[in-house]
Amino acid sequence: MQLISQFLFVIILVFGIGFFTKNIKKLIKYIKLGKSINRNDNPKDRFANMARVALGQSKMVKRPIAGFLHILVYVGFVIINIEVLEIIIDGIFGTHRVFSFLGKTYDVLIASFEILALLVFIGVIAFWVRRNILKLKRFWANEMKGWPKDDANYILYFEMVLMALFLLMNAADYQLQTLGADHYANEAGIMGEFPISQFIVPLINGLSISTLIIIERVAWWLHIVGILFFLNYLYYSKHLHILLAFPNTYFAKLKPKGEIDNLEAVTNEVKLMMDPNADPFAAPEPTESDAAVPEKFGASDVQDLSWVQLLNSYTCTECGRCTSECPANQTGKKLSPRKIMMDTRDRLEEVGQNIEKNKEFKDDGKQLLGDYITNEELWACTTCNACTEACPIGIDPLSIIIDMRRYLVMEQSAAPNELNIAMGNIENNGAPWPYNQMDRLNWANEN
Amino acid sequence: MAEAIKVPTMAEFMAAGKKPEVLFWVGCAGSFDDRAKKITKAFVKLLSKANVEFAVLGTEESCTGDPAKRSGNEFLFQMQAVTNIEVLNGYEIKKIVTACPHCFNTIKNEYPVLGGDYEVMHHTQFLKSLLEEGKLKVEGGKFKGKRITFHDPCYLGRANQEYEAPRDLLRKLEVELVEMRKCKTNGLCCGAGGGQMFKEPEKGNKDVNILRTEQAIETKPEVIAAGCPFCNTMMTDGVKGKNKEGQIEVLDVAEMIAEAEDL
Repeated sequence: MQLISQFLFVIILVFGIGFFTKNIKKLIKYIKLGKSINRNDNPKDRFANMARVALGQSKMVKRPIAGFLHILVYVGFVIINIEVLEIIIDGIFGTHRVFSFLGKTYDVLIASFEILALLVFIGVIAFWVRRNILKLKRFWANEMKGWPKDDANYILYFEMVLMALFLLMNAADYQLQTLGADHYANEAGIMGEFPISQFIVPLINGLSISTLIIIERVAWWLHIVGILFFLNYLYYSKHLHILLAFPNTYFAKLKPKGEIDNLEAVTNEVKLMMDPNADPFAAPEPTESDAAVPEKFGASDVQDLSWVQLLNSYTCTECGRCTSECPANQTGKKLSPRKIMMDTRDRLEEVGQNIEKNKEFKDDGKQLLGDYITNEELWACTTCNACTEACPIGIDPLSIIIDMRRYLVMEQSAAPNELNIAMGNIENNGAPWPYNQMDRLNWANEN
Repeated sequence: MAEAIKVPTMAEFMAAGKKPEVLFWVGCAGSFDDRAKKITKAFVKLLSKANVEFAVLGTEESCTGDPAKRSGNEFLFQMQAVTNIEVLNGYEIKKIVTACPHCFNTIKNEYPVLGGDYEVMHHTQFLKSLLEEGKLKVEGGKFKGKRITFHDPCYLGRANQEYEAPRDLLRKLEVELVEMRKCKTNGLCCGAGGGQMFKEPEKGNKDVNILRTEQAIETKPEVIAAGCPFCNTMMTDGVKGKNKEGQIEVLDVAEMIAEAEDL
């Protein structure tokens, strides 16, 4: 019986981790559909940024209530994983509380897991209340209807159930140890401290050892299977941030927020145009890629974005802080930076699956621009960087907006007419208004 | 009748075989917009008072390309940038000061990769350094004790992490500095950036400058201080829209210092 259980456990474990690995590989493959961009410079600053923003949660606490609750769940999640390690070892080798040789340290560990589990439970309930009872505006925006709303709640229910199972498992275990049950009790005394689950014990008091073993085993199995299920749920949900927040903050932009990247392809053209020695009639050097389509300016679909922008889209957990700070969104415009990220991810999934199915991308008559993100949204942006500042994990929706504007302007000449006039003025007379450049110093002689 | 201010150009300096300490980049708004020209003049008066040897490019200056770049027209931006850099490098410019955060951001951050490396300062940073060096003295004056709120320009604040220079200057004026609910890193945009200054806003239920002006009015200020010609326009319009133009002034920090000093 014990051996069958161990065998079953190993199979579930291998399958759970294997399926997760397969999905992560797919995720990496999809992210690599993006254009290359060098984000390997300044590793020290990048590590510091990751340590501060992802590990240290420095931006989460900008909103103290959500930040505090999030830290409870985050710390709980990270630390309780030490217990998961013990569960896995016990599961494989059929041992019971294999880390208990740590003695006093083990008691402290188990006690802290229990306290954290309770705090996570409370934190998650508070999150649920904020979402569903207090109905915080950012959780009820247009882009949050349907799956995104359900997804968020499923995650909260899941965490509640996992924590409850963990505490129930401990309560049954504690009672079994007290009753001196075989395999559970240890001559050295009670293993672990149970500051929280001891209050569950009265509920199961009086149950026979065999019933208690069933409760303990069921809770134990559901807990670990639940964790493996949750691990595999990540890929299909917004919850990937628990993993991707780390690479995302590492590869985030280090330059000043105001700096928009330089388009190298344009620089080459401009240099040629400005070079007095350039021969305008010279035939271009014949290259192998001659037949290739010339590089397109800006982005109309996900493959035109950089891999960092695509990583951003998978990292987004749809908290909506960006959207709630966006001046356009606050004044009723259609633009929502969160929606930009969600659309990018949804389209990337679509393109990725298209490629899986057809070996290479087969035109599906759709693209990110127009079918997901509309011109109206893109033109509402003031480039104020409120969204990038608000994001707790370094996502940059603004860069996608700019890349898509570039496509609209340089490939389609589709800027709003007033902007075309302003740009025409800049081109003709060096100012966005129709004033002569020769009049630029007139102010000095006016009173 | 105020005496005409003397504004030397780079060409004049060059002709005299001299180089100024700093180039004052006036910007399009500062050159052409009637409201912004007042800021330009106020800043020039302060530069003169502090005996700073400065020059402007005058008719050789052209748009930095900021609105073009942010509208997605990288071609036009780079054409502007490369032309400007050629002029600036031709005059061997090392240090630039500007009263426009958009010009400041573009020249400081986006020109280096195209061959334009300069020390670039926003005028509030430059004025602060003049005070620290003792070249300019500011004490109380007209605005002493007045209730003033500062609106952070996105391209000075979030874009370049400068929140304190304008506030330090206001403190020197001994004003009662009150902060808006949304300020510094969380400051709300005036609505002009990213090319919005030159187009009608998209459909919504309010204009951004009205929302921002409402936030400013909550602090019951006598003056809304600004550090950007575009913010200035947007906030001035907002104050008018709220029928408060008799009670609340919108002034650039440089104008306030010049006024306090009766320049």
